[in-house]
Amino acid sequence: MAYVAIADQDEPLHDPQSFIEKYIWSQDHKVIAIQYGITAIGVGLVALVLSGLMRLQLGFPDQFSFIDPSSYYQFITMHGMIMVIYLLTALFLGGFGNYLIPLMLGTRDMVFPYMNMLSFWAYFLSVIILLASFFVPAGPTGAGWTLYPPQAILPGTPGVDWGIILMLASLAVFIVAFTMGGLNYITTALQARCRGMTLMRMPLSVWGIISATVLGLLAFPALLVSAIMMLLDKLIGTSFFMPALINLGETLEYNGGSPVLFQHLFWFFGHPEVYIVALPAFGIVSDLLSTHARKNIFGYRMMVWAIVAIGGLSFVVWAHHMYVSGMHPYFGFFFATTTLIIAVPTAIKVYNWVLTLWRGNIRLTTPMLFAIGFIFTFINGGLTGLFLGNVTVDLPLSDTYFVVAHFHMVMGVSPILVLFGAIYHWYPKMTGRLMDETLGKWHFWITFVGAYSVYYPMHYLGFLGLPRRYYAMGGAEFMPESAQSLNAGISVAALTLGVAQLIFLYNAIVSLKKGKPAGHNPWEATTLEWQTPDTPPHHGNWGDKLPVVHRWAYDYSVPGVEQDYIPQNVPRGENEQSGQT
Amino acid sequence: MIGKFFKQLTDKPWLPPEQEVVAEINTGAVALAVPPARVALRLFLCVAFVLFSLFSVAYYVRMELDDWRPLAEPGLLWLNTAVILLSSVALQIARQAVQRGNTRTVSFTLTLGGLLTIAFLVGQYMTWGELRGAGYFAAGNPANAFYYLLTAVHGLHLLGGLVVWARTVKRMWQGAEPYQIRLSIELCTTYWHFLALVWLGIFWILIST
Repeated sequence: MAYVAIADQDEPLHDPQSFIEKYIWSQDHKVIAIQYGITAIGVGLVALVLSGLMRLQLGFPDQFSFIDPSSYYQFITMHGMIMVIYLLTALFLGGFGNYLIPLMLGTRDMVFPYMNMLSFWAYFLSVIILLASFFVPAGPTGAGWTLYPPQAILPGTPGVDWGIILMLASLAVFIVAFTMGGLNYITTALQARCRGMTLMRMPLSVWGIISATVLGLLAFPALLVSAIMMLLDKLIGTSFFMPALINLGETLEYNGGSPVLFQHLFWFFGHPEVYIVALPAFGIVSDLLSTHARKNIFGYRMMVWAIVAIGGLSFVVWAHHMYVSGMHPYFGFFFATTTLIIAVPTAIKVYNWVLTLWRGNIRLTTPMLFAIGFIFTFINGGLTGLFLGNVTVDLPLSDTYFVVAHFHMVMGVSPILVLFGAIYHWYPKMTGRLMDETLGKWHFWITFVGAYSVYYPMHYLGFLGLPRRYYAMGGAEFMPESAQSLNAGISVAALTLGVAQLIFLYNAIVSLKKGKPAGHNPWEATTLEWQTPDTPPHHGNWGDKLPVVHRWAYDYSVPGVEQDYIPQNVPRGENEQSGQT
Repeated sequence: MIGKFFKQLTDKPWLPPEQEVVAEINTGAVALAVPPARVALRLFLCVAFVLFSLFSVAYYVRMELDDWRPLAEPGLLWLNTAVILLSSVALQIARQAVQRGNTRTVSFTLTLGGLLTIAFLVGQYMTWGELRGAGYFAAGNPANAFYYLLTAVHGLHLLGGLVVWARTVKRMWQGAEPYQIRLSIELCTTYWHFLALVWLGIFWILIST
């Protein structure tokens, strides 16, 4: 079954024969990508429903008997963890990473197809373990997605008996799955590129995905370490993180552990995790913008270097999540400085996206709308990040709705918009049919306007000092009546936004059979995945011969050439003028 | 290799390629001339290194707190250390032998290396029993807990290596030619050297604190 994915070989590939080999225990990267995608979107829908339940409680307190404080905390925790790890990380890297890396780099498959299959099934197992916690006594953990000890494993936090154990176990399995996948993605990108595909000819999507994978491989061990040590604290009573405690008048066995140590380990993973989600989005959105604006990406090299620089810097900013945990002033100074430095490469990327659009022949297709929408939400979320990166500004804003608004804009809405854009963009390659444009545009506008109506007002609530994670706000004096009305409005917007995603699901399902046939390159794109002999690509991707690459990925509207795009596998023509920037 | 990598990063891909690149395209020599499995192993060693480093950092941070009571390490650890170093040496000899095609030496040293590793793991497990017998339970003190934790994580990595080792030995017994198992043996050797070094690091941390 295993075969060399690197070079052309004489013997024919062993195609999977039975249904099970083809769709269940599949080793084909495209099938695995779709398995990852469907699982991630499925579990993401659970998280979406949870956020709807949270908004019901926040907008209309005490109206719904099935939401009590415990279940509210469980909803928050599961919503956060699922969205960040099991949806975004898995869909970008497991889904699009698996689909795009071999196709964009001109290989037949990942270099280790068997390990790739194991990676998906381990991920699937981690999702099952996570979802199982809804069905155990006392339900899932309600410790918050950061799982801070000591509260995470003390009585009083929901799900302290079973939920937290399943959560930690599920994370450990996820990390194993991710490591198997990640080794595959990077080795494939390093070793198996087709002829002529130099590093700097790779599309930015691939750059984003593999840089994020490197971050993941180096950051997830920190989560594994903290998960293992917390599991031991919970199960056999060690005191890695647990200080001496009196709980309900009873002195516990724990002694001397350091909760702050957990926070450092957690955020040493947690901050790169933001970029594990963001870098693939950066890469993919660059390709969407360039393709649909019919212009080469502005400043390709800068874009690559910025991705790498942001990835590197993301490892030295973690403690900006911990300003309120107490730290030496110089420490805070250091982390505030590094945090603000990240704004430089990030701003370069934003300028380059905008300059790519400048005087482009913009086609306002659905993927393009989502890509442009991303620029807005990302600038918005990025700027509030500068507020929070400063220690003195962060202290009053910490743990308010301002933070909720910030990170949802920057790592919730923005990557999700890119994911939608990417799905509309590559769906024709995966299925051979286009998704409906009219429905797509409705979906975009409702999502975009909806996201702003949800998160923009939250900034104001944060300025008022409204604390995040509270089940009910009570009658605090600093909160005017109008804050509650605003909360109700946000809830209406959020629920509308959530329900509107049904348009997308309907579109994706109906277009499978009824969509307009796409042809092999509906967007007239240059990158290799659109040049496959079959659409959707067959097992082995390239028919008899691997492609040979003769140019970079962004030859759009080349002067002297009639067609406004030149695929990467087309040799240089004589009329072509070189030296464009 | 790294120099070439950085040179590639300064390419201007929108310009017509230089002759060098065209030549590379024609020969197909763009990718690194290393087997993918070796690249993947090196990447994995980076990941494992980060994992052990973070455990060590946690160890040193936790050690500074008041309740830390240093552990009297079992003397057996010195013997175990010698055993794991020997297993690493045995595999190194196997690697050199397989490169020369010397089947008998490969067969002997490869088997020996694995058996020594099993002996190491048994020895590590015995230190657990010794410590428990002396009342050093994991929940008693963080120093004890870290001892069990570090040795267990290191041991699990070795167990993973032993799976690959066992598959290689099986293929050897089934009569595989040296060149067929050469890569497996080379990768096992690299992994064993890495884990021996990691053990030396852990051992040093344990006895110096």
